Amino acid sequence: MAKHMKDLKPQDAPTDLVQIAAQPGSARARFWRSVEEWEGDGAVEKAAAKEFPRGRVPNTGPGGLNRRDLLKIMGASAGLAGLTACTKLPPERIVPYVRQPEEFVPGIPLFYATAMPFGGVGRGLLVESHMGRPTKVEGNPDHSSSLGGTDVFGQASVLTLYDPDRSQTPSHFGKVASWEQFIEDLGNHLVDERSTGGKGLRILTGTITSPTLADQIQSLLNEFPGARWHQYEPCGRDAAREGSRLAFGQYASSVYRLDKAEVVLSLDSDFMFGEPGSLRYARDFAGRRRMTDPSGSSNRLYAVESTPSVTGSLADHRLQLRSSAVEGLARALASAVGVGGGGSSEPPTGVPADWIAAVANDLKAHRGASLVVTGDRQPAAVHALVHAMNQALGNAGQTVVYTAPLEANPTDETKSLKDLVTAMDAGQVRTLILMGVNPIYNAPADVPFLAAMQKVDFRVHLGLFIDETAAQCHWQIPEAHYLEAWGDVRCYDGTVSIIQPLIAPLYGGRSALEMLAILRGQTYASAHDVVRDYWQREAVAGRVTAGGAGFENFWETSLNNGWVEGTAFAPKQAAANAGAIPASSAAIAEGLELVLLPSPSLWDGSLASNAWLQELPQPFTKLTWDNALLISPGTAAQLGLKREDVVKVQVEGREISAPVFILPGQATNSLTLHLGYGRTLAGAVGTGVGANAYSIRTSLAPWIITGVRLAKTNATYHLVTTQNNHLIEQNGQRSEEESDAAFDRRVVRVGTLDEYRSNPEFAQDPPDMTTEAQSLYPPYDYSQGYSWGMSIDLNTCIGCNACVVACYAENNIAVVGKDEVDNGRDMQWIRVDTYFRGDLENPEAYNEIMLCQHCENAPCEYVCPVGATVHSPEGLNLMVYNRCVGTRYCSNNCPYKVRRFNFKLYSDWETPSFYPLRNPDVTVRSRGVMEKCTYCVQRIMETKIKAEREDRVVEDGEILTACQQTCPTEAIVFGNLNDPNSKVTKLKAQRRDYGLLRDLNTRPRTTYLARLKNPNPEIKG
Amino acid sequence: MPQLFHRSMNTISRVSIVGVTLLIGGLGYLAWAVNQSPYYTRAKLQLEQPVPFSHKHHTMDDGIDCRYCHTSVENSGFAGIPSTETCMTCHSQIWTNSVMLEPVRASYATGHSLEWARVNALPDFVYFNHSIHVKKGIGCTTCHGQLGEMPITWKENTLYMRWCIDCHKHPEQYVRHREDVFRPVYDPPKDQIAMGRQLVKDYKIRSLITCDTCHR
Repeated sequence: MAKHMKDLKPQDAPTDLVQIAAQPGSARARFWRSVEEWEGDGAVEKAAAKEFPRGRVPNTGPGGLNRRDLLKIMGASAGLAGLTACTKLPPERIVPYVRQPEEFVPGIPLFYATAMPFGGVGRGLLVESHMGRPTKVEGNPDHSSSLGGTDVFGQASVLTLYDPDRSQTPSHFGKVASWEQFIEDLGNHLVDERSTGGKGLRILTGTITSPTLADQIQSLLNEFPGARWHQYEPCGRDAAREGSRLAFGQYASSVYRLDKAEVVLSLDSDFMFGEPGSLRYARDFAGRRRMTDPSGSSNRLYAVESTPSVTGSLADHRLQLRSSAVEGLARALASAVGVGGGGSSEPPTGVPADWIAAVANDLKAHRGASLVVTGDRQPAAVHALVHAMNQALGNAGQTVVYTAPLEANPTDETKSLKDLVTAMDAGQVRTLILMGVNPIYNAPADVPFLAAMQKVDFRVHLGLFIDETAAQCHWQIPEAHYLEAWGDVRCYDGTVSIIQPLIAPLYGGRSALEMLAILRGQTYASAHDVVRDYWQREAVAGRVTAGGAGFENFWETSLNNGWVEGTAFAPKQAAANAGAIPASSAAIAEGLELVLLPSPSLWDGSLASNAWLQELPQPFTKLTWDNALLISPGTAAQLGLKREDVVKVQVEGREISAPVFILPGQATNSLTLHLGYGRTLAGAVGTGVGANAYSIRTSLAPWIITGVRLAKTNATYHLVTTQNNHLIEQNGQRSEEESDAAFDRRVVRVGTLDEYRSNPEFAQDPPDMTTEAQSLYPPYDYSQGYSWGMSIDLNTCIGCNACVVACYAENNIAVVGKDEVDNGRDMQWIRVDTYFRGDLENPEAYNEIMLCQHCENAPCEYVCPVGATVHSPEGLNLMVYNRCVGTRYCSNNCPYKVRRFNFKLYSDWETPSFYPLRNPDVTVRSRGVMEKCTYCVQRIMETKIKAEREDRVVEDGEILTACQQTCPTEAIVFGNLNDPNSKVTKLKAQRRDYGLLRDLNTRPRTTYLARLKNPNPEIKG
Repeated sequence: MPQLFHRSMNTISRVSIVGVTLLIGGLGYLAWAVNQSPYYTRAKLQLEQPVPFSHKHHTMDDGIDCRYCHTSVENSGFAGIPSTETCMTCHSQIWTNSVMLEPVRASYATGHSLEWARVNALPDFVYFNHSIHVKKGIGCTTCHGQLGEMPITWKENTLYMRWCIDCHKHPEQYVRHREDVFRPVYDPPKDQIAMGRQLVKDYKIRSLITCDTCHR
């Protein structure tokens, strides 16, 4: 250990933060967005008045730029800019088809149903294809797993398809080789294997739910009886599987029915993000809290968690608790709701006395309509306790049903990986086939995968990228992306979807199915035939009903629908045996705990090469291009840590350096570090970003590590967060007179259900703030034709970022990189603002989606000297790129801070593989041009033209903006305000509807529905 | 005090004042002329094509409808360029040995597309939609010229924004009956304005000149 480091103990000298946090009654009614704003000397609020709060002028080079140089450069620019206007249109070629495929209409996209495997489990998708190029992923609205929603991972997957860093050819020891050479080399080794019954052959995959793939693996194992198949998913569900085995005596999957749940208790779970059924759960959960009027009812969510989560942001009661203490809470709760065994009446410290009784009473009062869920990070015992609780509460069969396991071969995957390492270490493995996995990067630190693997004679890696593992293999074989390959996959409820490719493999990659066929000697088998054959056999065997029309019809229907009819698992009767739950493990450890979680952007790290996800501000922290050690303000103060201090995290002789980020809402003495960073071979985008948390993760404690020690170093590391990038001024002033006191604009409006019922107008502006007709211009009559508007329901928005990535894909938005994000130049047209309220140590968090508000009195329009941003008769605030000369007056005058300027040539015009990615209906912007949300005007125009061609008007719901279409909770609704029956008109007629910064007389077309909380009156505070 | 300037300065200054004015005007005119000239707009230029395709022959002599080849003109933004297979529907039967058609046969045999020089091109930030114009009674020849008289296709108009806006502001000057839209040679009737005004009403033509009509 370096000598300048010192061990940190909680007794270290307190800093200002502790003093502030310790002040009695410091819970503030105001909303704040970052610790700096909370600390509250007004600097942040003052900075919010500027367009770029930090006011940095970067890229001036050493010594900066003096006035003379600036004038010279300006003069030269003006002259050269004039010349560039003289370009002639370049000559173009038209290349028609030789034989035009049927159904292809140039200029009109086609949509194909398919499914995306994520962590082995599928989500039903509808993928947009322009002339054979997949450009945009949407949820399949008819598919039970998504009902039309998608998440960040689904939206971003199309960028991975076109990633220029993908593996593009087979390589042998890093040298380009041919498929024939590979097949010959493999064949030679397999001959040896065959002679010994395959005793030396091992296959490692991620979690497999695909029936066809499992069938193929089984066939291979039949041919090589000695071979073994191992599965390892780094962010897998071992604990959930083991929990079901503890409770039911056999593996089972839980499917939640949140549409039936009145009261939901989440024990350290993020069930609305990243889990197999998350998209559906989020939709169903939101459905139960969509209020139409004050007489409506809402479900209630209790969230217990150690770090703020997407799910927890909608909680009516959020309890901050160390993840390692959740088991104690679960036992106390189990006892309180009447579970026979496994319970204990001793609640862990940190839980308010009345909390357990109140929650238990609420759950018991909603027998059969309550639900307890827990997260993959919690140990098996907690999962088993949750099963027992749901049983005791009569929820089993109602709000949660148990089905056969989704996995084709459910197993303890950590043990499976360890077995493989043991076998390799013992020299029993001669041929190792790795398919779609990267264990050298993500295996637990106590499983020496690399050392053991090097004892294997012949190692083959099938993967999308030449990653850490591929670099240690004899052969790297390019894998086909899911948009390039045939296959099938099971979704959260057991439904099987056929994966149909949108495009032929860009680099001749093979899918896992084809790799297995090669292993079985069928070198040129097509995955299409393999999948089709499997389902034909299933149909013949009567396991799926092909219907009267025969298999051909069944196959076409399954492809067209996006799922195979009748494959959803039937609910199983399962009785949870609480007696089988092991007694409490060791006493709750004191000191610091470290919770490792999948990154909300990069997940397990396999998405590290995806620039959209890297640049995505992570929920709550708004960190981009990095992970950080998340720590609560109080704990940080006790340890004497400041933001960006680099600390060494020490666990059982292993250590990792990571910068500190202070996050309000983090439980005391609980640290969080996201997995998925610190890749050493992840292409130009992902390599070397962040710290690799796998290096301290062990197989015994994969998620929650107790007894962690921190050692401060003298180093600091610059973290880039967008928390303070585009700040809306929360204080308004009625007039420009100095004496006029500032007032709170109430940017986020929150009330309880009771407040709403007693005062439905609580979210409305005071009467003297109405700004009607304060204009020198005559009012414009929007009452004819269409009049577009948007409503965003803060009561259902979970802040999952899916809309942000959807906007990237739909609108060809550029990525700018870490430094430019730091300068406040991120290009996202839509952002999720997180507002905290209350105490620094235990705040409430609120999400607010912010995008162009399409003001009727748009401040940006008045100041544009060239008329590049103007208003349409349908109420759209238009941005005309080809007119824009880049004065930036508009963004300077935008109080919502939603305009984005291309300071540099951010769009990648060079890389050929990105050409087909772009949406051909949206201009790719160049340098010096302003851009912003257009309400997806390309979709509006296309639909309007279609309607006019058919001599009708556009129907409600026919135009979905990209953010609206992807939203898992349907929080965003767009439509025609002139149609009294449209969804958006009805939403805006609600009394919860409010517009932001109406005191500025902007008359925004995007309005918000105030957030409602449904607290339990038995819980105080 | 002696005169600072020689007497001739009077003349020089007069000439140069007039001269500079004329020069600026002349340069302005030159720039405008270049901007409007076929050199810059490529209007009326006959580009070299792999096959000297004649719209005149195919539409007038053979009577083939526009939509036989430009199949998507009524339902897509893009009118469509015929595939080699479309050419070969006839040319596998007639002119099968024509030297001129050798590139077409080669394309069909090898599977390599014909590469035509694009005649009518718009900048990438302009989103033009054929289907809605056809639906609203704007004929092919309104923009593309009298194709039935073009032995080789050229761009008839500048396709400048000013030229687009002219029609968008005064559609009655250009609109025609829907059944006449696909006539390869069309001359507006004498009562165009009266007929146009009626058709603008009948076809519910709105004069769309907001930016998002074309720029997205």
